[in-house]
Amino acid sequence: MRLTCKEASRLVSQGLDRQLGWWDRLRLHLHLAICDACANFRDQMAFLRKAIARLADPSSKP
Amino acid sequence: MAEFRTRVEGERAYLLRYASLQLRDRASAEDAVQETLVAALAGEKGFAGRSNLRTWLTGILKHKIVDAIRRNSREAAFARDPAADLDDLDPLFAADGHWAEPPSAWSNPDASLEQKQFFAALERCLAGLPAKTAQAFMMREHLGLDASEICKELGLTSTHYWVLLYRARVALRECLQANWFGKQ
Repeated sequence: MRLTCKEASRLVSQGLDRQLGWWDRLRLHLHLAICDACANFRDQMAFLRKAIARLADPSSKP
Repeated sequence: MAEFRTRVEGERAYLLRYASLQLRDRASAEDAVQETLVAALAGEKGFAGRSNLRTWLTGILKHKIVDAIRRNSREAAFARDPAADLDDLDPLFAADGHWAEPPSAWSNPDASLEQKQFFAALERCLAGLPAKTAQAFMMREHLGLDASEICKELGLTSTHYWVLLYRARVALRECLQANWFGKQ
């Protein structure tokens, strides 16, 4: 049931490319609720996506 | 017309930098930019009324890059990328699955999106990725292709794809931490 940080970080990345199954979503949600490091990682992955989009389209606003 | 040509030519350096992020060999990048400039000059009417020339040109260039990637992937016949093997030698994590160095929060990252130097740092980080890792990542995040199309174009299994995208994201995070957010 419990995810390690290593597993959680992989699911965060995969979640950017596909819809995770309900079980993985639940486990990830529980892990992120108690793990600051992985929550930071998730936020940084979302930021990275936004930054790359800005690189692609210099006129877009955040 | 002459004025439009001058403005379009003025974007050449930017477009070349942009193409070079995704097409690792210089010749392909220059070809894609050249095709873009030719298409833009022939299609000036398509630009009429739009506000941002660079955005319009970048949109054309994206299509040219996708074409070039497709051409190249057919020609390259998949030399194996040694960096892309699936061995799990991950120094990021301890044996028990915990972070070796837990990511700490970045302060006000959105402010960085307003800074030219941030994007220069991001480009340097992208240029430091292994070729195939960078290509898969850019096809996903930059060109907006979906996983199944990227797997097809690059001849990847889905497992391989997840590994490459994960590595790209982790490496970019580390690079931005070391060269940007960790220095603020």
